[in-house]
Amino acid sequence: MNAIYRGRKRTNLILLTVSGFTVVFGLFWLAWILGTLFYEGGHALARATLYYQMTPPPGADGGLANAIVGSALLISMGTLLGTPIGILAGTYLAEFGKSNWLANATRFLNDVLLSAPSIVIGLFVYSIYVVQVKHFSGWAGALALALIVIPVVVRTTDDMLKLVPNSLREATAALGCPPWKMIVFVTYRAARTGIITGILLAVARISGETAPLLFTSLNNQFWSLNMNAPMSNLPTVIFQFAMSPYQDWHRLAWGGAALITLAVLLLNIVARSLFRRTD
Amino acid sequence: METATNRLIRTTVRTSATATPALHDLSPKLQVRGLNFFYGAYQALRNITLDIPEHKVTAFIGPSGCGKSTLLRTFNRMYSLYPEQRAEGEVVIDGENLLTRNRDVSLIRAKIGMVFQKPTPFPMSIYDNISFGVRLYERLSKREMDDRVEKALTRAGLWQEVRNKLHQSGNSLSGGQQQRLCIARCIAIQPEVLLLDEPCSALDPISTARIEELIHELKSDYTVVIVTHNMQQAARVSDFTAYMYLGELIEYGATDSIFIKPQRKETEDYITGRFG
Repeated sequence: MNAIYRGRKRTNLILLTVSGFTVVFGLFWLAWILGTLFYEGGHALARATLYYQMTPPPGADGGLANAIVGSALLISMGTLLGTPIGILAGTYLAEFGKSNWLANATRFLNDVLLSAPSIVIGLFVYSIYVVQVKHFSGWAGALALALIVIPVVVRTTDDMLKLVPNSLREATAALGCPPWKMIVFVTYRAARTGIITGILLAVARISGETAPLLFTSLNNQFWSLNMNAPMSNLPTVIFQFAMSPYQDWHRLAWGGAALITLAVLLLNIVARSLFRRTD
Repeated sequence: METATNRLIRTTVRTSATATPALHDLSPKLQVRGLNFFYGAYQALRNITLDIPEHKVTAFIGPSGCGKSTLLRTFNRMYSLYPEQRAEGEVVIDGENLLTRNRDVSLIRAKIGMVFQKPTPFPMSIYDNISFGVRLYERLSKREMDDRVEKALTRAGLWQEVRNKLHQSGNSLSGGQQQRLCIARCIAIQPEVLLLDEPCSALDPISTARIEELIHELKSDYTVVIVTHNMQQAARVSDFTAYMYLGELIEYGATDSIFIKPQRKETEDYITGRFG
C-alpha cells in the first residue's frame, strides 16, 4: 500500500470516529431530554383528567384542558396569519425579486427577524397592541406567534423555490403558461415538500414559545375561547406551574411539556406521510 | 413590401445555397431578418437572416456556443424570461414580428411549442402533464380531454407504454419516455411550429431512433426546427440545414447539398470533422 493512500485511510478513520462520536453525543442528550420528559410527564399524560379539567388552584385536582385548547387556538391562528404572508413573500423573493436590491434587503431583514429573540417580539406586540387596547388578549398572542412564523416560512419558501430547476420554469412558459399559473401549478408543486417542512418547522417553533405569550396573551385560569381576552396556553402554564412550590402543579407542568413534544412529533409524522403519498 | 421580402429571400438563398431551388418555392413559416441577440453586453447572434420553410424540418448545426440554441430560443421569446437578454431585428410569423415589445409572449408560445434538451416532466401525473397545457387555452369536456391526451401520447409513440398508468407521476418514467411525454405535451396544444433543442442528447440510441421517426411523422402537420450536435442526426431528419459559427449564419440550404457539396470551406471542415 502506498503512503499517500495509507495516510488517506488514516484520516478517514479519524474523521469517521469523530463524526460518530458527535452523533452519539447529540443523540445522548436528546434521548435524555425525551426520557426525563416522558418519565416525569408520562404519569400525568396517562390521566384522563388532564384533557378535560381546568388548571387547578394549588392542592386541588385538575387538568390542562383550557391550556390545551388555548394553545391550539393560538398556534393555529398564528400559523394561519403568518403562513400566507410568509409564502407570498418567499415567492416574491424566489420568483420575481431574485437578486434585485429590494429582494436582497428583504432577505437580509428577514434573516435579522429570524434570529430576533422571541421576547423582543413579545415586547413589540405588547407595546403596539396590548398597550393600545389596554388588556392582554389571545389575538395579541396569535400576532406575536405569527411574527415568529413569518421569517421561518419566508426563508424556507425562498430556498425551496430556488431549488426548483429553471428548466422546469422554461418548459412551463414554453406551453404559453402565464407566470402566476406556472408558480401555482408547477413550481409550488415541485417545492411542496420543502415548503410544508418549513411550515411545520415554524409550528414546532411557536409551540414552545413562552416569552412572547407572557407579554401578549398572558394566561387564564378558566375555560375561554374568546380571542379578545387573556387566553390560557401550555407554555405559560408550564412556566407558572414549574416555578411554583406545589407537587401537583409540577406534575401537570411535566405533563404539559410532554404533551407539546408529542403533539409536534405527531403533526410532523402525519403531515409527512400525507404528502409523501401524493408525491 | 412583397418585393422587398422576395429580394431578401433571394439574397439569402444566393449567398448561401444556390444549388437549392426548393427553398425559393416553399412558403416560409418563419422569416428571420437582421437578427442580433445580446446576453447583457455580449453579442451572441450577428445579423442572422433566414427563412424556415413550412412543413419541413430545419436543423441548426455548429460547434458549442455558436448561437444555435440562442437562435431557437428567440423564436418563442424564451429569452424574455431573463431581463438581461434582448433581441434586435425581426422574426416574422404569419406577417407579424414576434419580437415587438408589446406582443403577448404567452400567445406566441402557445403557437410555437418547444422541447428541451433535458426531459422536464411537471411534478404531476402523466395525464395531467398533458392536460395542463391544453387547459390553458381550451375548455374541453372530460371525454374530449381523454381523447386529446390519448391522441397526443399515441402521436409521440408513448401510448402503449403508459395507457395503464396515466395517473402515475410523470417522474416515474424513464428518460426516453419522459422526453416523449414532453413532446406529447407540446403537440397536445396543437402548435404550428415545433422547436426542438437537442431533444435526443440525453437519450440512448433506441429512444433517439424513436424520436427521429416521430420527427419524420410530425413534419406533415408541423414546421419543425431542431438544434443538434449530432451531424448524422441532422442529415437523417432534416430537409434544410443551417451551419452556424460564432453567432453568424455561415451556410444555409438543402440538407443534401450542405452535407454532400458545401459551398463554404468552414462548413466542409466542420462536417468532415476537421474542426469543431
